[in-house]
Amino acid sequence: MDINLDSKIPEGPLAEKWTKHKFSLKLVNPANKRKYDIIVVGSGLAGASAAASLAELGYNVKIFTYHDSPRRAHSIAAQGGINAAKNYQNDGDSVYRLFYDTLKGGDFRAREGNVHRLAEVSVNIIDQCVAQGVPFAREYGGLLANRSFGGAQVSRTFYARGQTGQQLLLGAYSALSRQISAGKVKLYNRSEMMDLVLVDGQAKGIVTRHLITGAIESHAGHAVLLCTGGYGNVFFLSTNAMNCNVTAAWRAHKRGALFANPCFTQIHPTCIPVSGDYQSKLTLMSESLRNDGRVWVPKTKEGAQQIRESKKLPTDLKEEERDYFLERKYPSFGNLAPRDISSRSAKVMCDEGLGVGQTGLAVYLDFADAIKRDGQPAIAARYGNLFDMYETITGENPYQQPMRIYPAVHYTMGGLWVDYNLMTNVPGCFALGEANFSDHGANRLGASALMQGLADGYFVVPYTLGDYLVSTGSAKLANDGPEFKQAEQDVKDRIATILAIKGTRTVDEIHRDLGLTMWDYCGMSRTKEGLEHAREHIQKLKKDFWSNVKVVGTDKEMNQTLEKALRLADFIELGALMIEDALDRNESCGGHFREEYQTPDGEADRNDEAYAYVAAWQYTGENNPEVLVKEQLKFENLKPSKRSYK
Amino acid sequence: MATQSMNLTLKIWRQKSRDAKGSLVTYKVSGINEHMSFLEMLDVLNEDLLRKGEEPVTFDHDCREGICGTCSLYINGRPHGPARITTCQLHMRTFKDGDTIVIEPWRAAAFPIVKDLMVDRSAFDRIIQSGGFVSVNTGSARDANEIPIGKEVADEAFNSATCIGCGACVAACKNASAMLFVGAKVSQLAMLPQGKPEAKRRAEAMVAQMDAEGFGACTNTMACVAECPKSISMANIVQLNREFIGAKLTSNNV
Repeated sequence: MDINLDSKIPEGPLAEKWTKHKFSLKLVNPANKRKYDIIVVGSGLAGASAAASLAELGYNVKIFTYHDSPRRAHSIAAQGGINAAKNYQNDGDSVYRLFYDTLKGGDFRAREGNVHRLAEVSVNIIDQCVAQGVPFAREYGGLLANRSFGGAQVSRTFYARGQTGQQLLLGAYSALSRQISAGKVKLYNRSEMMDLVLVDGQAKGIVTRHLITGAIESHAGHAVLLCTGGYGNVFFLSTNAMNCNVTAAWRAHKRGALFANPCFTQIHPTCIPVSGDYQSKLTLMSESLRNDGRVWVPKTKEGAQQIRESKKLPTDLKEEERDYFLERKYPSFGNLAPRDISSRSAKVMCDEGLGVGQTGLAVYLDFADAIKRDGQPAIAARYGNLFDMYETITGENPYQQPMRIYPAVHYTMGGLWVDYNLMTNVPGCFALGEANFSDHGANRLGASALMQGLADGYFVVPYTLGDYLVSTGSAKLANDGPEFKQAEQDVKDRIATILAIKGTRTVDEIHRDLGLTMWDYCGMSRTKEGLEHAREHIQKLKKDFWSNVKVVGTDKEMNQTLEKALRLADFIELGALMIEDALDRNESCGGHFREEYQTPDGEADRNDEAYAYVAAWQYTGENNPEVLVKEQLKFENLKPSKRSYK
Repeated sequence: MATQSMNLTLKIWRQKSRDAKGSLVTYKVSGINEHMSFLEMLDVLNEDLLRKGEEPVTFDHDCREGICGTCSLYINGRPHGPARITTCQLHMRTFKDGDTIVIEPWRAAAFPIVKDLMVDRSAFDRIIQSGGFVSVNTGSARDANEIPIGKEVADEAFNSATCIGCGACVAACKNASAMLFVGAKVSQLAMLPQGKPEAKRRAEAMVAQMDAEGFGACTNTMACVAECPKSISMANIVQLNREFIGAKLTSNNV
């Protein structure tokens, strides 16, 4: 099947595209909206905001979450903040500058039209959240405070102490709760999407598994919105929550939705390092710490070794014995260099034998100068909760000695391919938030994930969905047609197969193996040779899983091992696709660094002539290779420039 | 610095389903590293059980960084264990080699047990649905800086807003009262200008729902405040009482 991808970016000047497009979209008559059933999967920022906004418009919404409560979604863990081009600080910010920074930050691998729209609606998000009672940080005069964040040269980040994600999610959750009580949204908690159901080529529903009873259920809707987050847990260790998974997106992929840029993953520079093989997840320390913390390693290998062997403390090393490598390599951005660049620099230092901590896989983030300059109370007011968290986890006091940090998988820029309307190539199946690939290109800037999730849910899909619904009609849908029955049977068969294996390797063992392979060969830096090795190993893992995985218990009860096994099966297939994508992209850009393609001074060597495209992959059957479909990126306003932070 | 390794005895509540009879079952775990989190220690146990073909212990957990509010273990007679942090942030260095640790689920009529250590806290969602919001539709907000809020008020509202909905307050209370949880949301929104227009209706509706869910009454023992991992203060309960009485005296909304 040949696919011709149409991004549906409207014609016309950049700044007018969204306005014109909104006007050209068809509207659903207010009295007809109640005839449409909309399925929203996921209750994070994108899902909750979309469900609430669509219900306010009059649609009937069903929202599904595998959590006990919609408020648990992992958006809640975002710490640092949310960007918006309000220019409240009068420091030269504008919609155009936010657009420029985001497109450049993404290493020119995103669409101009999408990114500009994101910047445009960013200002509405802040208004909406404040109106809901989200307690953003404020100045004494009562107006909103901002900070600079993640390599931005302006202060455009709104924040709520170190828990901006939690406060924004609670805002969206409160709007969602209001619609649940109004009867416009029906909530299905502890329900996990297992498959997408297509009728005549259009998405018309989903099959779910109720996690407490194990019941397999079908739900029909005129459209399905996947707001199911990212797939960072393919690496086993990541800053994602334990339950984050790719299954919903992957099932849509296997039903025909293209998966775009899967190899674009973000490795966040400031996480607490791994401490042992029992480690179940990694904890992020907000990037805002880099506003005041200075990143360094010992200048010599001997110095590093003495620290690793606890013969010296970091405070024993004099200034001239330290290498503040970000400040040295990137003088104009220093410690605020973007995430991909900061992460890779830390890896390079550790690979050269300059790393600290017992494992040697850590660098210092030092607040001594900031404490001397501003005083400990000021630093505590800014980062107190983060310092406490660090001490709780590591048992070390960061006011007295520098934090140890190391990069960890944090966010996935890749995801389901969507057009300007956020619809996948499967009509009626939309993807919002981290689950889609759309706005961050090859690297996401700090404080932009919350912005995108809420932009998609509050201000994009409420407009674009109607246009699709008008085309499909509002006839009542049944959830017991042959397509639903078949999808249910597929799910039941998959579960039965896994339970029948009764092998010897646990789900976590295989998952750790997969994660380590992905981290070593498809992580911060990649080579053709390494990727080819990983490709083979993942095929072995897939075989191992389907012949030797061990799951106990039944499918008719709460069975967390079975849940994990079902998710791992999809992660393994996704991992294989990430490898193919990384092999195809013979260039370095953003989070994708191929060692073969670097400049003499070790920076990413992007190849716009050959690779300025979105790599959208098409599933073609169980043992067939996925087919690459390219969407060429057009740059009409910004000429792709070399990304330099020196 | 040598890393401590411990052997522990665990007494864990096992219960097949909501209506099944449960009991404490004893397990031994060995070689526990002091840097492990409490939940990672349970992961070790569960991997052992799985390899032996036994069913792992079911417990709720997700972010493992102290913010989502999913984890909910009653450890040695205290919700989230000995420190005022969530279970996932508790690390094994808090315990000693040879310790016996008793692990139970939250106990409250309004939080029925789902399985083993997992409970159903959807009552909290229904309380929020009854009024824990500001009625503003998407798109109808005015410019954010048109609502100035003094820093002191904003900070106080923030302190209330930090509640993660874990339910430790209910588990800590001998009456299984949800006053701290409800008080935090009512206070946050009552303090802010955005929440004022609906303050009375909200207080009445949320208290009515809290009662309907079967949470107990507050007798001011402050066990909830002592255990809250997010340090939600007693002032929230005081404010809830004030809002509720004020609302009852002057309105007949609910």
